[in-house]
Amino acid sequence: MNLARRSIQPAAARDSSFAALLDKVHVIGREAIAPLAEEVDRDARFPREAFDALKAEKLLSAYIPAEYGGMGLSVGEIARLCEALGQYCASTAMIFAMHQIQVACIVHHGLSTAFFRDYAREIAARQHLVASATTEMGIGGDTRSSICAVKVVDNYFMLEKQAPVISYGSYADAILVTCRRCEDAPRNDQVMVLVRQDDCTLKQLSVWDTLGFRGTCSPGFELKSIGKSEQIFPVPYGEIHAQTQHPVAHILWASLWVGLAGDAMNRARQMVRGEARKNPGVTPISATRLAEADLVYTSLRGLVSATLNEYEAMLEENDVEAFSHFGFVVRVNNLKLSASQMVLDVVTRAMVICGIQGYRNDSKLTLGRHLRDAMGASLMVNNDRILSQNATMHVGLREAS
Amino acid sequence: MHSEDIRKILAEHGRLLVSADKLSDESDLYEAGLTSLSTVNVMLALEEHFDVEFLDHMLGRKTFGSIRTLSQAIEQLAPATPAAAGRPAQELRA
Repeated sequence: MNLARRSIQPAAARDSSFAALLDKVHVIGREAIAPLAEEVDRDARFPREAFDALKAEKLLSAYIPAEYGGMGLSVGEIARLCEALGQYCASTAMIFAMHQIQVACIVHHGLSTAFFRDYAREIAARQHLVASATTEMGIGGDTRSSICAVKVVDNYFMLEKQAPVISYGSYADAILVTCRRCEDAPRNDQVMVLVRQDDCTLKQLSVWDTLGFRGTCSPGFELKSIGKSEQIFPVPYGEIHAQTQHPVAHILWASLWVGLAGDAMNRARQMVRGEARKNPGVTPISATRLAEADLVYTSLRGLVSATLNEYEAMLEENDVEAFSHFGFVVRVNNLKLSASQMVLDVVTRAMVICGIQGYRNDSKLTLGRHLRDAMGASLMVNNDRILSQNATMHVGLREAS
Repeated sequence: MHSEDIRKILAEHGRLLVSADKLSDESDLYEAGLTSLSTVNVMLALEEHFDVEFLDHMLGRKTFGSIRTLSQAIEQLAPATPAAAGRPAQELRA
């Protein structure tokens, strides 16, 4: 794992340059993302304009260390960017978050090899978009098991996978694919392979027509690829999953849900202020509802930030065993379980506050897309499966930690 | 060493993908199909059999990586509770 501090800038200079970057992201959000969010949602199409704008600002290499041409931001800073994007279009924010999760896998676990160092530079230079194919038909949602296996002959690999979902698979430049280490490896002895779009064929198996997160364009694919064996990550997938993919995914997803909930809160706030202006001196009942919704929203933010702080401290410590401790895994799962329900709770409360204006699809306070996206939070990576994993781990824990 | 008892418990509770008889004391149990969730069942069975209690931080590869590391951990563990002292399993180990 390569977790050395990536910035040598003094803290103050770093803070102000990050604040400027965050401002830029809000400008992109207002100008390039928000105006098309409704269309992206309605047509379930890839948010092309959003990614053109994000690439123009080199944001797809935001987590790549500066020495490889990226910005060298921290996980916490990436989380702030996801939150900002979540305020304008949750699908765009979700694709951005998923890309950054894959980049983090490369940065934390790949940079010991020349191939992945070069690929990190390539992401920075060409603003490549990286997707992932972790689930598999016949397995269910358990990302720690694979049926397919990579075949290595001389310096080349061959890989075929039936993936029930590859988010933005058709639009990605590369896909990180999990599989068994070799033909006779058990299901959980996995590796991850970086598959280039140019070296693979993707046969689309289904249509992505869902209630929410429609712009993520996540149908199933049959993936077939040939490439060089250097594209296989140098460490077992189990390590990548425990140290990076699992915690970073839940932190970044929850962060974009904060953004989504924040925008719903802002719409509710506009409604409340409108009502208050009509009746000066009388605090409307909806203001009380807003104050209640804010309790949930504040708890949601606190939960994300607590998990993020713990994870960043662990990255600093670089104690690789700690990432597998049940206490930590349970807390990361708790973040997903709680945050996914809280985002829906906040949006539902905002809907009550906005009333018919939130319920209408043609009003400026409409919350239909927010509600549909928020429902996906507990269903995409199903909460029940996560809860049952936690249940098993709790049996194994002697003490609350 | 408690290799044989551990091997039997692994066969029964480890949900391994290879036969436990074929495992050497040094074989990597995770490569044999042990998962972090199935370590819970193995741990509970080991605790019952050897009358010990694993510490939370032991639920990982360092301890559950092989039959040998498990055996060493069991040897190091103190009696689970003072009340456990004097139980047959305790006398056997002494």
